[in-house]
Amino acid sequence: MLLDFLVQLFSRHSGNSREQAKQRLKLILAHDRANLSPAALESMRLEILGVVSRYVELDSEGMQFHLATEGGATALIANLPIRRVKPLETGLSHSEDEKA
Amino acid sequence: MSRVIVMTSGKGGVGKTTVTANLGTALARLGRSVVVVDADFGLRNLDLLLGLENRVVYTALEVIAGECRLEQALVKDKRTPNLSLLPAAQTRNKTAVHPDQMRQLIEKLASSHDYVLIDCPAGIEQGFRNAIAGANEAIIITTPEVAAVRDADRVVGLLEAAQISSTQLIVNRLRPDMVAAGQMMSVEDVVEVLAIPLVGIIPEDREVIVSTNKGEPIVLSANPTLAAQAIQRIARRLEGEVVEFPKLASLGESFWERAKRFLNQKVL
Ligand SMILES: Nc1ncnc2c1ncn2[C@@H]1O[C@H](COP(=O)(O)OP(=O)(O)O)[C@@H](O)[C@H]1O
Ligand SMILES: [Mg+2]
Repeated sequence: MLLDFLVQLFSRHSGNSREQAKQRLKLILAHDRANLSPAALESMRLEILGVVSRYVELDSEGMQFHLATEGGATALIANLPIRRVKPLETGLSHSEDEKA
Repeated sequence: MSRVIVMTSGKGGVGKTTVTANLGTALARLGRSVVVVDADFGLRNLDLLLGLENRVVYTALEVIAGECRLEQALVKDKRTPNLSLLPAAQTRNKTAVHPDQMRQLIEKLASSHDYVLIDCPAGIEQGFRNAIAGANEAIIITTPEVAAVRDADRVVGLLEAAQISSTQLIVNRLRPDMVAAGQMMSVEDVVEVLAIPLVGIIPEDREVIVSTNKGEPIVLSANPTLAAQAIQRIARRLEGEVVEFPKLASLGESFWERAKRFLNQKVL
């Protein structure tokens, strides 16, 4: 009972839904402001992945791809963890068996 | 030069009408001539918050239709000599009015008042376009909630497109105890995401509801509450005075008030 009391009085950072609200809001606003349809964003994502994958092998687990907003400006944030850099030749549009 | 300010939010129920009634009253008490315009056609309630509902004879709609003169429709507030109200029609036909007609009406009001405050309806449709038609400034009202701030951001964009020259922000219904507990976004959080200048912070206040019951703006109280004081400060800021924003803690209940409330709720 007393502990409850103290926890409630001093709990300045309990279950920080404040931070959650702010982060969600930033994400929502970035998308609202860009006025980019989810379908367009998805096709952009696939194209970018296509290009990047020619050079490096990506780790699909930790991949992030979204719009973000900071003080009125909107940015595309892509976080594409690299598992392995592909041998240089295969990254270029030359034939695959050049190395052999 | 008179100032025509539209009070808008996107989302409904965030306090547009409450703030319009109280800010209008506060500005009039500073000696300015003020007219508050109810642009929420079909859902009028600015008259109720000012306690003027029994004195409404004509509305903006009759003025626009040429059925009465503008002066006949204006309701003077006897408690606040410099304040009058232009009521909205309680009709459902919101689309009966066009932005051009509103602009003309507001121009006339501006020629005879220092401030024209326009209480905007919720939404971003025709009613919104009518309400912003004659305005040259906007005050966006939001609460520190995700949905309200999202809608506010939408409105900021529309106001920019409509070439409203200045847009300022009021954060209403702030609960400092919840901010401190990490359960509500702070004013800084909201200002950071919306990126428009802040003109006021109004705390959550039970007196607001009591005052609407009575039809008496909170700023008229002999012992103004924290929310009433906050609105009086907004009026002074609009007048060009530099008024500091109080510390978060002094906007809410103190440690001991919190302790007392907790004990009341858990023990008694
Ligand atoms: N600072 C406040 N503290 C407590 N209640 C408030 C506050 N501001 C507004 N309210 C309440 O919120 C509700 C909606 O307010 P209102 O002014 O009608 O919003 P809107 O015009 O944006 O729809 C009303 O019941 C009002 O009493
Ligand atoms: Mg309203």
